[in-house]
Amino acid sequence: MPKWFMPFAALTAVMFTASPLLIANADYESTMGLVQKVFYYYLPAAWVFLISAIVCGVASARFLVSGSPRQDRLAYAAAELTVLFGAIVLVTGPLWARKAWGVWWQWDVRLTSSLMGWMVAWAYLLVRKYGGPGSDKLAAGLALFGAANVPFIYISVNYWRTIHPATSVVPTLPVDMGTALWFCVACFILLFVLLLRLRVHLEEQRTKLDALFLSLDE
Amino acid sequence: MFARTAWLVLRKDLTVEVRSLEIAYTTLFFAVACVLVFAFALVKEGKAPEDGAAGILWIAIAFAGTLALGRTFERERQSETLRALLMAPADRPAIYVGKLLGIVALLCGTEIVLVPLVAFLFQAPLFRHPFWLAVVLVCGTVGFATVGTLFSAMLVRARSRDVLLPVLLYPITVPVIIAGVRATATLLEPDAELALVRFWVALLLALDVVFLTLALWTFEPLMTD
Amino acid sequence: MRLALLLVLLLASPAMAQQPPPTQQDEFVPVSQLPAQDQLPAARLLIAAYAFVWLAVFAYVGSVGRRLTQVQHEVERLEADIKRGSRT
Repeated sequence: MPKWFMPFAALTAVMFTASPLLIANADYESTMGLVQKVFYYYLPAAWVFLISAIVCGVASARFLVSGSPRQDRLAYAAAELTVLFGAIVLVTGPLWARKAWGVWWQWDVRLTSSLMGWMVAWAYLLVRKYGGPGSDKLAAGLALFGAANVPFIYISVNYWRTIHPATSVVPTLPVDMGTALWFCVACFILLFVLLLRLRVHLEEQRTKLDALFLSLDE
Repeated sequence: MFARTAWLVLRKDLTVEVRSLEIAYTTLFFAVACVLVFAFALVKEGKAPEDGAAGILWIAIAFAGTLALGRTFERERQSETLRALLMAPADRPAIYVGKLLGIVALLCGTEIVLVPLVAFLFQAPLFRHPFWLAVVLVCGTVGFATVGTLFSAMLVRARSRDVLLPVLLYPITVPVIIAGVRATATLLEPDAELALVRFWVALLLALDVVFLTLALWTFEPLMTD
Repeated sequence: MRLALLLVLLLASPAMAQQPPPTQQDEFVPVSQLPAQDQLPAARLLIAAYAFVWLAVFAYVGSVGRRLTQVQHEVERLEADIKRGSRT
């Protein structure tokens, strides 16, 4: 593990421990009250979900073009993180929606396309696990289509009338809500980088193991 | 050269298919069975659900399409003909386009039977705007087949290929299915808003273009071993 | 003061909204046409949400750690085998 990993991890842990303080200090939103505070973890998780899908797509494209195993490891790790953060979004979102909208789920554009993006990430993992030889390229092709879905997920809510808030909400947040939000965004991005590095490390060890097996046969 | 290669591949597929009609018949039968299962499942007191026709039509197309894709490429796998095709001095994307056109032809043939059947079983006025219905069906089928042909070709040498094709295909083609269903449902309404239908068709065309571009880019690197 | 500003925006937005509820939010103040629901314990939902985030992250880190120790044991075992093999 690289030298920056442990200090980074310590910093992330400290920031995450501090985050509830900032969140508690932020103003209550006028009609949704207490439950709106889910937003401070939900939105960064959603952004990291989208970023992770893009990282997977870009790494997959580079893997297809150059065949570099490093890009393949990165894509695999990013796909797993897409599933993780997507799960967070898809659980905390409905928990908030139950109180704010009165329903657990709505088949509007943003939610449906996010769910589909999450399933594409799951499909990636299934293909890598059960696809047999050549599954790395197969999954890379799939990841490209998944990454093409991401801009659609983001801007869809601006063009369709849905129950989900538009992207114009975040720039217009009042100061203390904004501070809490951007702090949590920083926490989540640090967490993403950490988890990505950790997962890539696992893949590197697996590659090392495969190389050892091969050398044993010689 | 590109067009000629695509045409040759398409002609080969059609010739092989016409001789036995195996895939055509089995896909057609499966699609009809699918629609019938929906009819039996959803009919209440002898009447079909009001808005069911559009969704059921597209689900039948999606399922039949998956079957057709699996069978077509299974045939290629059996005599290793796909590898032979790839070794030929032809543009890889052209081979892809040829196979794509074959699948689209097969699916359109299935739809020609499915649409009257669904209209009959669910009392849906599918033939009120035949031109727009045809446009919606063709655009949606092309979108579905584009992704399907790419993934089926990639899966030919993979393990668990029968299970993995739906796993890969359905999440990606959901936007196509949604747009197709919504467009068809709008056409079925008593006073269909053609502007809305045009919007969904535009979305379908955009999706087709994006998927086709991605598929043409990735076919070459994905098929190299 | 800030709350008053938010309330003013809240009152202004229904005038601009033309479509029937549920409507989309442009500011972070939803339209007051939201259907009233029975008092669900918001605190419970909030705690469940945060708890899930923590659990998910820790479960994932645990899973990666477990797989890592597995692979590392395999690597050590193989390296020992190779060393033994090359000595004979």
